[in-house]
Amino acid sequence: MTTYLLRGVRPLGADPVDLLLADGVIADVGPDLAADGAVIVDGAGLVALPGLVDLHAHLREPGREDAETVASGTRAAAAGGFTAVHAMANTSPVADTAGVVEQVWRLGREAGWVDVHPVGAVTVGIAGERLAELGAMADSAARVRVFSDDGHCVSDAVLMRRALEYVKASDGVIAQHAQEPRPTEGAQMHEGDVSSVLGLAGWPAVAEEAIIARDVLLAQHVGSRLHVCHVSTAGSVEILRWAKGRGVDVTAEVTPHHLLLTDELVRTYDPRYKVNPPLRSDADVQALRAGLADGTIDAVATDHAPHASEDKDCEWAAAAMGMTGLETALSAVVEAMVDTGLLDWAGVADRMSVRPARIGRLEHQGQPLTVGSPANLTLVDPVGRWQVDPAASASASRNTPFAGRTLHGRVIATFLRGRATVLDGELTGP
Amino acid sequence: MRHLLSAADLDRDAALRVLDTAEQMAATQQREIKKLPTLRGRTVVNLFFEDSTRTRISFEAAAKRLSADVINFSAKGSSVSKGESLKDTALTLEAMGADAVVVRHGASGGAHRLATSGWINGSVVNAGDGTHEHPTQALLDAFTMRHHLVGQREPGAATGEDLAGRKVTIVGDVLHSRVARSNVLLLHTLGAEVTLVAPPTLLPVGVQTWPCATSYDLDSALEGADAVMMLRVQVERMNAAYFPSAREYSRRYGLDARRLRLMAEHTIVMHPGPMNRGLEISADAADSARSTIVEQVSNGVSVRMAVLYLLLAGSDDVDGGTA
Amino acid sequence: MTRARTLLEAPEIGRVLTRIAHELLERNKGAEGLVLLGIPTRGVALAHRLAATIADVEGTQVPVGAIDVTMYRDDLRHHPVRTLERTDIPTAGVDGATVVLVDDVLFSGRTVRAALDALSDLGRPRAVRLAVLVDRGHRELPIRADHVGKNLPTSLAERVRVLLAEHDGRDEVLIEDAGDQR
Repeated sequence: MTTYLLRGVRPLGADPVDLLLADGVIADVGPDLAADGAVIVDGAGLVALPGLVDLHAHLREPGREDAETVASGTRAAAAGGFTAVHAMANTSPVADTAGVVEQVWRLGREAGWVDVHPVGAVTVGIAGERLAELGAMADSAARVRVFSDDGHCVSDAVLMRRALEYVKASDGVIAQHAQEPRPTEGAQMHEGDVSSVLGLAGWPAVAEEAIIARDVLLAQHVGSRLHVCHVSTAGSVEILRWAKGRGVDVTAEVTPHHLLLTDELVRTYDPRYKVNPPLRSDADVQALRAGLADGTIDAVATDHAPHASEDKDCEWAAAAMGMTGLETALSAVVEAMVDTGLLDWAGVADRMSVRPARIGRLEHQGQPLTVGSPANLTLVDPVGRWQVDPAASASASRNTPFAGRTLHGRVIATFLRGRATVLDGELTGP
Repeated sequence: MRHLLSAADLDRDAALRVLDTAEQMAATQQREIKKLPTLRGRTVVNLFFEDSTRTRISFEAAAKRLSADVINFSAKGSSVSKGESLKDTALTLEAMGADAVVVRHGASGGAHRLATSGWINGSVVNAGDGTHEHPTQALLDAFTMRHHLVGQREPGAATGEDLAGRKVTIVGDVLHSRVARSNVLLLHTLGAEVTLVAPPTLLPVGVQTWPCATSYDLDSALEGADAVMMLRVQVERMNAAYFPSAREYSRRYGLDARRLRLMAEHTIVMHPGPMNRGLEISADAADSARSTIVEQVSNGVSVRMAVLYLLLAGSDDVDGGTA
Repeated sequence: MTRARTLLEAPEIGRVLTRIAHELLERNKGAEGLVLLGIPTRGVALAHRLAATIADVEGTQVPVGAIDVTMYRDDLRHHPVRTLERTDIPTAGVDGATVVLVDDVLFSGRTVRAALDALSDLGRPRAVRLAVLVDRGHRELPIRADHVGKNLPTSLAERVRVLLAEHDGRDEVLIEDAGDQR
């Protein structure tokens, strides 16, 4: 196995040091390490971060291989600096049995770009009616710890309570897609000033906040762990802050796009900006950034949602919801959080690797860059600029909201257990 | 002017240009020979994804009076309800050489998408998109108001004038109304003061950012109004709990004989049609001498002639100076 | 830089209009049945001046109107969209009348062609005549004026501008190098 000597990299943005990666671990850390036949990577000016961990990606396999496969999605993930990705359950068939989660897990192993951790569905067929076999999925080879009906809300309070209770046995967590169904029937975009002008059916913030408020109270009542997917409103941040203050065992994630984009973009009626939850107001964006900065929101999760072109090349109402995000996530966080001074690189590592790994109970991810840790890490050029070209994406889909935009912060190298998946800014072979 | 997608595309000068052009068009429609050779050789496609016979025939008459070739493409009822078909339909129209596409679509932003997606090169006229806008309706309404309130019903007398200081009350289902959205924008541009009256459930969240006033009380909003526009209310809204019953709606927000008497002598009563007699408007009001409802229909042809003229009569590569 | 020189000044413009008014009466054997239709913009002012002179001479007010030819032009697609001018036909109409089309400058003849088409949609005059203040030549159609204020040989590179008090504050006919004008 190739050993790598990362020359003069800055762990979490600190002073330059050499890192030696050998036998899948960080073998040595220090100044002027001897090469000893290792491949030398010039890391001057590059920030070293623990490999990024995504709690929330749609890899579409099985079922929609035209939009994405485990292989193409995880290539995109590696290119974006990730070493672990949670694959959402809303595939076809739904990942609601040990068989399907093991299939996805195996596809991830075969592809070899990142560790793929399947998310199990909470309810059978994500239909919201009866619990899926959560225990069987937890005990499977995929060792599922995160369960979610993402795309749908577990809106039935009794079912949600049972799910929260049941997964305690396997140290699992329910990741809730917080969306009260009735107030969002037919909803097309954030309900506010812009929706009133555009005549698009509104998606009120309260539909998200009401579910989060209910669920934190449920989680407290039954003493369970709750994770909230893609928090998108200022009110949700306030509720989470309140709940954490009361000691509720709740964690939350925010997407890169909700940190950077607002509903003003919908004025173009361009379906690339159609997403669930919808892009919100600037006040919401600011509150989400503040929540991520102070730790109320624990993690950035991409909600990478690839779609075939025919599902986006149409009028707004007919378009599918979602945008790709794995390749642009780090850059978006740099622009929203680092350039603004809200987070330093240690903070980025915490919100994009350490805490998501902890939420997903991933022992080999999100570890400190010290001797003996698994060699899962990524090197970032903090001042590098790159222009987003959808055609050049490693994902099988092109529905990025950042097309044409120049982003800050380039991933130069990614290592999965000591093996380079990205080197010199290019994907290598797995 | 390349497209007409929203009333917001028109600044005051551009709006007046349409209205003034429409005055000249209206004059030609009083003649024995109504047809003009102006758009000979141009092709106008009426692309209707929703039934709307009155809007379609209005555009059709307008295009034909200007000697354009008209192709009616009714996509209603076919499998054309998904978006991909909008694209494929657009590509078909482009291959047929459409110079302008008049589009009615059930999705808000449908016309916008057609104009900006790169699928077609011709001009796009929004003939109503979902619950977004219906700019030619607003133009014909403004034309009608200007004729009565500024020109004192003398043809052409209001040419060059806007609606500064005129008070317009728009009543009904604002939330779902593309007519209301376009009217608020255009009337504001023309200097009129608009008050929207509706039950709170039928005013959109965010309406406070619109350039108009709002009220829940129709009687008080009739006072001082120069024009009162009643919007169509669909009875199905009742089922979604927007209001409890047709009877209660009609009592609180319908225009009836008693409310007619509250209006000033010169106040006109408008309705974009089709009317629900007995719900938002009583027969007394619809048929009263103040009603401009029939006149709005004929003004619609003149205004649409003006829009097609301004979009299609000039050269393709020189900007005509409007929006 | 545009160089302009004056071809006609106010007194001369007055004189040629008076002459045209007399020619119209002579040709028509009086004012009976005459209808003057000006082609906007400046043709309309000229038509009113001719009518005023006729009223002075004959004591009768001949009907005057305006006929906008924009929507009948054959060159619409070669220019930015044009603003429509008012068409104003005297209440008695044009059927059976001797219509005199009045314009400021006769050039290619295309405007007059458009006016004849517009007129035929408005009714059926007994006869149509054409009166212009200036004929600058370069006809592209078989059209000639019946009454011409002044024939001005010009080159295609030049531009003739007619200023009238009603629109421009003074009466003057100028010729200028087209340069950037067209």
